[in-house]
Amino acid sequence: MTSTTLDHHHDHQAHSDSIDVFGFWIYIMTDCVLFATLFAAFAVLHVDNAAGPTLKQIIHLPYVLGETMFLLASSFTYGLAMLGVYKQSRARAVFWLIVTFCLGLSFVVMEVREFMHLYADGNSWHISAALSSFFTLVGTHGTHVSFGLIWMALMIGQLLKYGTSPSVNRRLTYLGLFWHFLDIVWIFVFTIVYLMGVI
Amino acid sequence: MTLQQFFFGKLSWASIPFDNHIVMGAGGVMGLVALFVMGAITVKGKWKYLWTDWLTSIDHKKIGIMYLILAGVMLLRGFSDAIMMRLQQSMAVGKDLGYLPPPHFDQIFTAHGVIMIFFVAMPLMFGLMNMAIPLQIGARDVAFPYLNSLSLWLTVVGAMLVNISLVVGKFAATGWLAYPPLSGIIYSPGVGVDYYIWALQISGVGSLLSGINFMVTILKMRCPGMTMMKMPVFAWAGLCAMILVALAFPIFTATLAMLFLDRFMGMHFFTAGHGGNAMMYINLIWAWGHPEVYILILPAFGIFSEVVATFSKKKLFGYTSMVYATIAITFLSFIVWLHHFFTMGSGANVNAFFGIATMIIAIPTGVKIFNWLFTMYRGRVTMSVPMLWTVGFISTFAIGGMTGVLMSLPPVDFQLHNSVFLVAHFHNVIIGGVVFGYFAGVTYWFPKIFGFTLNEKWGRRSFWCWLTGFYVAFMPLYALGLMGMTRRLDHYNAGLGWHPLLITAACGAGIIGLGVACQVIQLWVSIRDREANRDLTGDAWINGRTTEWSIPSPAPFYNFAVIPTVHERDEFWDMKEKNRMNPNIQLQSHYEPIHMPRNTATGFVIAIFSGIFGFGMVWHIYWMIGMGLIGIVATIMARTFNKNIDYYVTSEEIMKTERERAGRQKSSSVAIKNGTEELVLT
Repeated sequence: MTSTTLDHHHDHQAHSDSIDVFGFWIYIMTDCVLFATLFAAFAVLHVDNAAGPTLKQIIHLPYVLGETMFLLASSFTYGLAMLGVYKQSRARAVFWLIVTFCLGLSFVVMEVREFMHLYADGNSWHISAALSSFFTLVGTHGTHVSFGLIWMALMIGQLLKYGTSPSVNRRLTYLGLFWHFLDIVWIFVFTIVYLMGVI
Repeated sequence: MTLQQFFFGKLSWASIPFDNHIVMGAGGVMGLVALFVMGAITVKGKWKYLWTDWLTSIDHKKIGIMYLILAGVMLLRGFSDAIMMRLQQSMAVGKDLGYLPPPHFDQIFTAHGVIMIFFVAMPLMFGLMNMAIPLQIGARDVAFPYLNSLSLWLTVVGAMLVNISLVVGKFAATGWLAYPPLSGIIYSPGVGVDYYIWALQISGVGSLLSGINFMVTILKMRCPGMTMMKMPVFAWAGLCAMILVALAFPIFTATLAMLFLDRFMGMHFFTAGHGGNAMMYINLIWAWGHPEVYILILPAFGIFSEVVATFSKKKLFGYTSMVYATIAITFLSFIVWLHHFFTMGSGANVNAFFGIATMIIAIPTGVKIFNWLFTMYRGRVTMSVPMLWTVGFISTFAIGGMTGVLMSLPPVDFQLHNSVFLVAHFHNVIIGGVVFGYFAGVTYWFPKIFGFTLNEKWGRRSFWCWLTGFYVAFMPLYALGLMGMTRRLDHYNAGLGWHPLLITAACGAGIIGLGVACQVIQLWVSIRDREANRDLTGDAWINGRTTEWSIPSPAPFYNFAVIPTVHERDEFWDMKEKNRMNPNIQLQSHYEPIHMPRNTATGFVIAIFSGIFGFGMVWHIYWMIGMGLIGIVATIMARTFNKNIDYYVTSEEIMKTERERAGRQKSSSVAIKNGTEELVLT
């Protein structure tokens, strides 16, 4: 078929960003419904602690505050990275993305440590519905953050290879939406699971 | 872990039921068919063609065709399950236990439901939406073509997992919604429920991605001038159905994930002890399940709107009320879910709310039925095959809807819940509504996609067999339900008076079988006679009203040589009435280059890895799980580094394609009636 292939450094897009980013917003909405379902399960089950501990007994608020600070800070530094992107400054974008990655990784490490601690103390998800719903809700959020970190590493690689090209920028917009969304979900998790758990 | 456990997990030769003749026979038939197809492809030397033109295609029309092929193949399997059940129930009375042992019967009714909903009805819907929606809104493809291909292949992989479960291991024996605790690890320790979970999780991701894809397509990619209120009603119906998909499927994903966690990691969401709450599963699954049935029916309603207007040669009555009714149904479908378990013990007040909400949702549906009838009134109706399906739908669905409203009264439902009255009701609305609607849609849009019409005679025969067969098969079930017969029975006592009615029902299933056979013959005959039935004008039904009929048949791969500008609802009808030039039929002096996406294997490859992952999860084969996951992630990442994902179709290329098409039409010298312009070649 006679056709013209694209010049390699002529980064073409099939659609305007408005169509693509809109699609990603809708995906975020579906992810929101997924978390809503897990929140609903938690709301029903968090009192059913069977023979195991109540949530109040296993929550350590100062620790969770630390995790929260890491995640919130990472959202802020992601914003700084995007400012670098808008200024077409690859160096600034990469730097702040690496900082974001480190902060996000700290959050995940802290959460994994919290889970390992609970498991080692015998308070695993096998004990009760309450613990099952706790581990699943918090763990699903943590899994999403972990996927975000993998994606972030990929984007750092793409920035280094392609610079702040339109398609890289578009993908960074997606990742930004994803990252900030996870931050918002964490606010809900923090409030409903941890804060309301210790009341 | 032994070496055997590492390589094969829980899989062993004992997983294949060599002593079960029925399973081995069915598996043998499937295997032979697969071999025959692969052999035919090899003999004709078409493997490369299959790969470059179909498996890696991101063309929405081809993806639509492949969805339809999947639906057709799985219809045969789901229908075989139905015949087996009807046969068992017509035989197993009193001392006779029938030919199916209970565990096998249980798998059959589970597989029947899962296959028909997820691998026949949903693919039919996505197939028709793929085929028609971009053409109806004047777009060249959907918003995310590569995700479209991924959605298709994920659905195919899900179906393949269900097919493999027939021979390797078992399928779930829990009913199509797999209620716990029965579906938990204690009461279903085998692999059946795991096959169920992973087939549906994998194809569920496909459905969700399609939901997002079509929402964005319809909202953002309409051609110039096509405001929302000028869109064809099928596009509205599709939009509302996709909103339902986006909002409901995540609930399903999360719920199945929690069931999986209970089974795989010993959690206690739905277990009978340790604080688990099986009733929560039922709430969550039906919070998805009810919107799901509206996902299936809304596009069918949209098809009826198109068909009724076209074949009554009259614009659809009450377009605005149709749109609002569709939106009302979309919203209301989220607040009726409890009517599926009035008897679970929520109490009178809760039951009353959901009963009333269920009755209310019948109102916008009624509005639609009246609008279709008013469209036909004083129209000049042609009883073509799509119109036959439509008229059959109106009467059949009305009855099914009425029995639904009957059961929406909690006191009545306390008698009828889980009886075969319920089974008759939902088959009434699904067959009368969803199936008839999609068959009408396939017949209606077939010429646009393939370039020739389906054989009319066999179409009529299949319709009459389906209609008669449906009534003969399911009206007895209404009576039986009122007589007290529970659903999913593999055997019943003599002297209840049920036997004659069940024999009748079995005969009805046989008549439907004749209908299916007619459809297979119809396809064969239509392909054989395709040259004689070519659509040469693009306006296959002569009275087409919407934009898809303004382009040639079969549609060129870029859909529109010139993107239309829309001024009216039913733009194409208006174009014909006012004798305006159709730039997609009349040759232009110049065409702008068209930007198109390239074919890609990415969707297919990701789906294959998903299948490997799913199979590994079912049998606890850890290296397969790892390979699957890494493969999926690696393929996605690799795609992001691929810069060669699109190209331009040059003006010369388009001119050549258009000239060739016009030349074919000229050599057949077709006269066009009813106000459409004659072909004028520059």
